[in-house]
Amino acid sequence: MSSIQSWDAERALERIRQLQHLPGGLLPILHALQEEFGYIDKAAIPLIADTLNISKAEVHGVISFYHDFRHEPAGRHMLKMCRAESCQSMGCERMIRHVEDRLGVKLGETTRDGGFTVEPVYCLGNCALSPAVMLDGKLYGRVSAEVADFLIDSAQRHA
Amino acid sequence: MSVKIYVPCDAAAVSVGADAVARAIAEQIASRRGDVSLIRNGSRGMFWLEPLVEVETPRGRIAYGPVSADTVPSLFDSGFLEGKAHKLCLGLTEEIPFLKNQERLTFARCGITDPLSLSDYMAHGGYRGLENAIKLTPEAIVEEVTNSGLRGRGGAGFPTGIKWKTVLNTPDDQKYIVCNADEGDSGTYADRMIMEGDPFVLIEGMTIAGMAVGATRGYIYLRSEYPNAFRTLQRAIEIAHSKGYLGENVAGSGKSFDMEVRLGAGAYICGEETSLLESLEGKRGQIRFKPPLPAIKGLFGKPTVVNNVISLATVPIILDKGGAYYRDFGMGKSRGTLTIQLAGNIKHGGLVEKAFGLTLRQAIYDYGGGTNSGRPLRAVQVGGPLGAYFPESLLDTPLDYEAFAEKKGMLGHGGVVVFDDTVDLAHQARFAMEFCAVESCGKCTPCRIGSTRGVEVIDKIIANQDRTQNLELLNDLCEVMTDGSLCALGGLIPFPVQSAIRHFPQDFDKPAPPPPAARPNNTQESRSWT
Repeated sequence: MSSIQSWDAERALERIRQLQHLPGGLLPILHALQEEFGYIDKAAIPLIADTLNISKAEVHGVISFYHDFRHEPAGRHMLKMCRAESCQSMGCERMIRHVEDRLGVKLGETTRDGGFTVEPVYCLGNCALSPAVMLDGKLYGRVSAEVADFLIDSAQRHA
Repeated sequence: MSVKIYVPCDAAAVSVGADAVARAIAEQIASRRGDVSLIRNGSRGMFWLEPLVEVETPRGRIAYGPVSADTVPSLFDSGFLEGKAHKLCLGLTEEIPFLKNQERLTFARCGITDPLSLSDYMAHGGYRGLENAIKLTPEAIVEEVTNSGLRGRGGAGFPTGIKWKTVLNTPDDQKYIVCNADEGDSGTYADRMIMEGDPFVLIEGMTIAGMAVGATRGYIYLRSEYPNAFRTLQRAIEIAHSKGYLGENVAGSGKSFDMEVRLGAGAYICGEETSLLESLEGKRGQIRFKPPLPAIKGLFGKPTVVNNVISLATVPIILDKGGAYYRDFGMGKSRGTLTIQLAGNIKHGGLVEKAFGLTLRQAIYDYGGGTNSGRPLRAVQVGGPLGAYFPESLLDTPLDYEAFAEKKGMLGHGGVVVFDDTVDLAHQARFAMEFCAVESCGKCTPCRIGSTRGVEVIDKIIANQDRTQNLELLNDLCEVMTDGSLCALGGLIPFPVQSAIRHFPQDFDKPAPPPPAARPNNTQESRSWT
């Protein structure tokens, strides 16, 4: 996750302007900002609103509607854990509890040291190999508590 | 002669180590002599065997699996380049019963070709459908699709040809083809597989759709949970462009068609077509009232075809072999093939493309081999989180739109999630309501409020508070949601809830569990829109 830059209004405006002419370009703009900075700084809202000639409320409304967009930086590692039906049938709830206990957080939270953000997700499309998780954009299947520990250990080593 | 080794690049295969296996194979190739090439193919869809490595031999492709990186040297040592025996050898890939007993039409190339090789695509029948479509009038293309009997594979099962005809007959200077690739149902992965394993078939299908209805622009709305598919599609679109299969004068037809991939942002509701269109327009993914239908006023107010990935990816073979060829598969009003996705607690999870009519039992036992845990099967949820839970006694229901509707279930996108006897259906019913509360777009009251009330009522039922009255209340609530919700999310969430009560009443009649322990809840925080 080293490619993430710290918030920079000028750079943000540059990214917004690159995409402003796309029809329905608000989502691509928000994705671009989150990719660049790891989150969408609240200071980006007026910049987007002015450039696209829409209200700040509209921009805020869109950001808050979608689960993916965040206003705060996430932890260094993002662990998305599937808790949909297929993964439930293979015991994901036990595995998720194990991870929550180990990291001392609940789904949706970031560890105090900023190491991990753990988020619930509803289906990663790996349902023949449930339970599934996604760590820093990489998909894993057949994730038992032991495999989850292994993934967390490896991520910590490469922090 | 060069020996070809295939290691899937499919995200599911990679999720259990296919990249590491590919690296280990590349090392072996480098350290040994011989003319060997490594190809990253799509997945064959036999996920319990992934990573499934194949070697091309004069006899055909020989499969080995599941291969781990540390067994790769032993494969080379035992002569797997000549397809020789090894404890992981599965014989000829095409002879593996799971695969042999399928009718792969839409997935004809998936797992066989290099997904990003256009020449491979062409060598396996690619772009023949478009070639035929170019010679036909728009009306004739639509008629071919109508004749095929193809129905929307996203879940609703609406006849594709009729949708196309409406768009064709709605004059406008701009029309759109939108591919719904927001495959959010748990238990489904067919869209992901085809986008990663054979992306050109989707591009070809969308191009044909464009020619059929007079649309020049297409969008694939892809869920953000599929980063691998995103990269593959983007590269495939670039390649199609560079070879003249997208852009102006597509394949010398004199017509233009262009497309791009747009990412969703983690909202299940955006799989609903009007909500998807709002999202594509850069808005909150709230659903729209219908009418007007998207076919008449869709994306940016223009006539729009919105079709699921599998529907569009099936169009090329229909135009290649004819509507009648496709229609000859299937039963009743469900024509052609269904892509069944075996998921959850199943021994042999994977993709089964088969003519409509296979029973649920055949799918789960003949293909899936029963539960993964080895315990007795207790419930099956077909059709994603909005689908009904079926008990063992309904397993003989044929996988067909009408047959499922008759049993108060729905086929949806063909996902089959198996549960063993450890499942608690009261818990599953509660989850359905909870999921609806998390994912409701908030536009209509029955769904927005009803889902939260649903969780509360089920909690009371589980806690044995006025159980009889609360069950009645839950039933009332389900009726209100069914009749009063604007779209399928609120309208169908009663399916899993009521089927759980109907078929598994004993799970709603247990003694109240002891008061919650130290951990107060493992429920999702409600999202910021509430």
